[in-house]
Amino acid sequence: MENKIVLSVNGLSVAFKMYGKGFARKELRVISNLNINVRKGEIIAVAGSSGSGKSLLAHAILGILPGNAVVSGEINYCGTPLTEPRLRKLRGKEIALVPQSVEYLDPLMKVGKQVSADKAAVKAAFERYKLADSAANLFPFQLSGGMMRRVLCATAVVGNAKLIIADEPTPGMSKDLAGRAMKHFRDLADAGAAVILITHDIDLALGYADRIAVFYAGTTVETALASDFTDDSLLRHPYTKALWRAMPGNGFRPTAGTQPYAGSLPEGCLFAPRCDKKTQECTYGIIEPREVRNGEVCCRYAS
Amino acid sequence: MLTAKSTVGIVGRMLILLVLISILAFMLVVNAPIDPLTSYIGAESTLSQDARDEIAEHWGLNKSAPERYLNWAKNILSGDFGMSITYKRPVISIIRERFSASIILMALAWMLSGILGFAIGIIAGLRRGGVFDRLVKLFCLVLQSSPTFWIGLLILSVFAVSLGWFPLGMAAPMGKLAAEVTLGDRIYHLILPTVTLTIVSIGKITLYTRQKVTEIMRSDFILFARARGLSTRKLVWQHVMRNISLPAVTLQFSSFSELFGGMALAETVFSYPGIGTATTAAALGGDVPLLLGISLISALFVFSGNLIANILYGVVDPRVKGGGNYV
Ligand SMILES: Nc1ncnc2c1ncn2[C@@H]1O[C@H](COP(=O)(O)OP(=O)(O)OP(=O)(O)O)[C@@H](O)[C@H]1O
Ligand code: SF4
Ligand SMILES: [Mg+2]
Repeated sequence: MENKIVLSVNGLSVAFKMYGKGFARKELRVISNLNINVRKGEIIAVAGSSGSGKSLLAHAILGILPGNAVVSGEINYCGTPLTEPRLRKLRGKEIALVPQSVEYLDPLMKVGKQVSADKAAVKAAFERYKLADSAANLFPFQLSGGMMRRVLCATAVVGNAKLIIADEPTPGMSKDLAGRAMKHFRDLADAGAAVILITHDIDLALGYADRIAVFYAGTTVETALASDFTDDSLLRHPYTKALWRAMPGNGFRPTAGTQPYAGSLPEGCLFAPRCDKKTQECTYGIIEPREVRNGEVCCRYAS
Repeated sequence: MLTAKSTVGIVGRMLILLVLISILAFMLVVNAPIDPLTSYIGAESTLSQDARDEIAEHWGLNKSAPERYLNWAKNILSGDFGMSITYKRPVISIIRERFSASIILMALAWMLSGILGFAIGIIAGLRRGGVFDRLVKLFCLVLQSSPTFWIGLLILSVFAVSLGWFPLGMAAPMGKLAAEVTLGDRIYHLILPTVTLTIVSIGKITLYTRQKVTEIMRSDFILFARARGLSTRKLVWQHVMRNISLPAVTLQFSSFSELFGGMALAETVFSYPGIGTATTAAALGGDVPLLLGISLISALFVFSGNLIANILYGVVDPRVKGGGNYV
């Protein structure tokens, strides 16, 4: 397998300018110092709880964040910075987004047109996802939940995308259908695409992804091989271990506490308030990512 | 889909409202300090008391109010609106003549304010917070809080009095015979009232469009459209226009009452011989039949706007159409 890095995100931070009362201005940091990369032919699953910044990462890559977002850090596509002029040529062609929900479809426009302007491409994509041709002429509200998911997934295969970002493509699908959707992404990766697969369902993703990036409070705490998720000693970060232990079948033991809110992030390690390994060292500075056993981890003590 | 049943329901409600309006108008006029008899014969008339009683008897003025109302309503239904006291002609012919003059004025202002307001609202909404947007917002807010007659007077004094570009008023040059009045004359006299009414009506639609555009541009489906590579121009044509044209047209239809009110004042300022000036004349002259006729017609006008708006509202949004049975 080729090892070409299609996308690399280094030290990405995203904050929203918020206007409070009067002239008070505040920056709400929702992504901090985030790193991720994906290679040709690879699926990297992005896992993390709600609000950990998964969708915002997708939007940042595509350059479609709202106007009040302040972005810093590096996003490289095929080795060169992903600037707005470049994005203008790539969006919807080389880089495809599978949006998170039906809210991303114009309620007044037929779905076919929203998958692509190219009718033949829509037809082919719909066939691939076992959707009738006639479904292209339906309005979003006329689709069932399952059909809607498949329509959204179809947006990934209309072009010849080299980078596919799928934002939670499977919720609401039956186990069987979800597996099939995953298989489609696997096929796309095997055919040479780089796939970022955002998901809540680590269990499902493990069967299809090559690596898993674990998000916590807007940063990547660990990037592990899918095969590491067989025993918690193979995992590197306390949060990932906790996540693994909380999964059904591995003890189902949840960790106390919740992810910190963007307005009140702690200094130092963002996981520190909930970590049982924390020391004084963990409460200041930026915890830089380190290579540990073929993976990457942001923790002072991981080994 | 808007069903036949709900359309009938809407029309039915409007008819009931119309009846209520007619009763209300009738009660107001009957209880107003207007004596139709005095209005008719004049305050200084030397008519004998006997003769007065005879006329009152003939008109049914001694009967009870409900009886008079029913009598009037019966006549209206058979198309008889009575005689105007001021103009000494059948009310219906005056309304027809004046209303057609006003309709031209209102239609022009309605379309102009609609098209301009829509276009300006889209541009302002796309550039929310920019200089153009802030100017537009300020302009609209000032307009919405200033009275029509004041704007009319301002336009009149600048363009007709100071600059002398346009006539002071009326629908045709003074002293010209009706047969000699050209189309050019009419258009020339229509310009200032139309401009006034347009300016008065433009604020609402502009602010509405601007707000809607901003909302839509922040929606997730625009985000996804951009992710698909659509340019801003395509976004506007394919998504923004689609999502606001019908609501904007609906709003325009539901503004018939403001349009009517603005028209009445603009006509008075420019002495334009339409239904607005006729209303003033009727009110000043205690012309009960004409006043009642005008209030019915204007209510009908406003209701028909609301009716269209209601029907459009059902068409606007396929989600409102419910069910999945319209493929
Ligand atoms: N426009 C915005 N302004 C301010 N805060 C925002 C904005 N958009 C998102 N956020 C915040 O950023 C954080 C990350 O949001 P994001 O949508 O990326 O989460 P997510 O990981 O995709 O969650 P989910 O699994 O629920 O989809 C959330 O706390 C959210 O409230
Ligand atoms: S850096 Fe410290 S607090 Fe953070 S995860 Fe590692 S041990 Fe825990
Ligand atoms: Mg999300």
